[in-house]
Amino acid sequence: MSSVLFDEPGPAARRRHAILTVLGLVVVGFFVFVAIGRLHESGQFEGRRWEWIQYEGIQRNLLAGFVATLKAFGLAAVLSLVLGVILAIGRLSPRAAVRWPATAVVTVFRALPVVVLMFFPYLGARSLIGTSIPLLWCVVFGLTVYNGSVLAEIFRAGVLAVPGGQAEAASAIGLTRGQSLRIVLFPQAVRAMLPTIISQLVVVLKDTALGFVIGYQELLFEGQGITDESRFGRPIIPVALVVGAIYVVACSLLSLLATRIERRSGAIRRRPGGFVDPIPDTAPAPLAS
Amino acid sequence: MDVIIDNADRFWVGMQTTLSLTAASALVALVLGVILAACRVSPVPSLRLPAAGFVNLMQNLPLTVLFFLVVFGAPKVDIRGTSYWTRAVIALGLYTAAFVCEVVRSGINTVPAGQAEAARAIGLGFTQNLRLVILPQALRSVVGPMASTLIALTKNTSVAVGFAVLELTSVVNQLNETGDAVPGLFGVALCYLILILAMSWVFELVERKVAFQR
Repeated sequence: MSSVLFDEPGPAARRRHAILTVLGLVVVGFFVFVAIGRLHESGQFEGRRWEWIQYEGIQRNLLAGFVATLKAFGLAAVLSLVLGVILAIGRLSPRAAVRWPATAVVTVFRALPVVVLMFFPYLGARSLIGTSIPLLWCVVFGLTVYNGSVLAEIFRAGVLAVPGGQAEAASAIGLTRGQSLRIVLFPQAVRAMLPTIISQLVVVLKDTALGFVIGYQELLFEGQGITDESRFGRPIIPVALVVGAIYVVACSLLSLLATRIERRSGAIRRRPGGFVDPIPDTAPAPLAS
Repeated sequence: MDVIIDNADRFWVGMQTTLSLTAASALVALVLGVILAACRVSPVPSLRLPAAGFVNLMQNLPLTVLFFLVVFGAPKVDIRGTSYWTRAVIALGLYTAAFVCEVVRSGINTVPAGQAEAARAIGLGFTQNLRLVILPQALRSVVGPMASTLIALTKNTSVAVGFAVLELTSVVNQLNETGDAVPGLFGVALCYLILILAMSWVFELVERKVAFQR
């Protein structure tokens, strides 16, 4: 292992690395040992604290919670992509009357915490129109306006990164601004920004857990329900570990998709003229992509 | 508007808690994050792999779940005597450290390879290379991304509202009890807006001061 930061180790460095390796293992091992010891001493590994996993009713509740999480994620992802495109078009508009409101919306929503944005329909609707909005939609609202604004900036950056000659060529062959955006600029921007867009969708998936704060019955909320039961010894840590593992796996799969796409679009390079073109000697990509 | 003025003291207390949460967890995150970044680029696998694992874990774990684990879980393993505020700082600090680590690491990657090669050529070792040549340049170029990370941290402190910390967002809940949810919402949103925009303005000034064209 060598990198630009350090040389191929000589005998003295190898000895030092060996010592550091052992030291690193000892430090990490110490933390793991202390953590596991603590968990064991406080009885977190006792069978009764994990028994709940075998109960079918609890499994069904957790599954329902996960489905609720995915529902909020799916709705918020689609809606924030739509909102992102609309706001990006607004931000890129040559008309100040369109550009300024879009800029204001993006600035304000990006500066507010998602929890506060979820509180708006959650508490606001009750005192303004007297009825409460279903919690799912409060969660989706908060996630959509925030991530829509972030995605708008990503789309905009993508469009601005497309070489200027593309837009000029588009207007030279008589495309209107809208056509040029739709046919020429956006496809290239989305392609270049796809890894960033998917990373933002991972954020959407993670942030669905904020629904817990307003009481939306998602995965963590269902998990908390188990921790109220004293017959399982109020298993807060086992539940947090299981729920956390489910989230980590789900988010990792999405992240993995982002890295895959990033690696694949690595095969696209810029020619000296600033023209984006696939490397000619690679196999043609499948059409459905 | 009257509601906001009448409850100015609550907003002020909430704002103070949000600020103290931010400052304390930023300190934890910066220190831990730089150490993690050094581990992640180090030649020693037993430091590199755990650091990478920690960062990956934090990037894929919702902050709310981490809060749940740390805030509600700590008393379960007989860690007592810590306040909700302290536990919130630990959760926020651990979470943000992973993002600080990635920012610093990408900053290290922006330093041209020639700099590190020159440092090696004059006989500097890994730590000297990092400390004297790479990090001083890397840390300058990360001001922008680091600012975004700290702003995200400030907004993330609002998760603490679900875990018994009376920070700025909790003012909405307090006012909701007296039936003033709507002015509370707008007051809190205004406070965040001022705080976040002021922060990004200050960071922009700093960035302009320390940034240099490569």
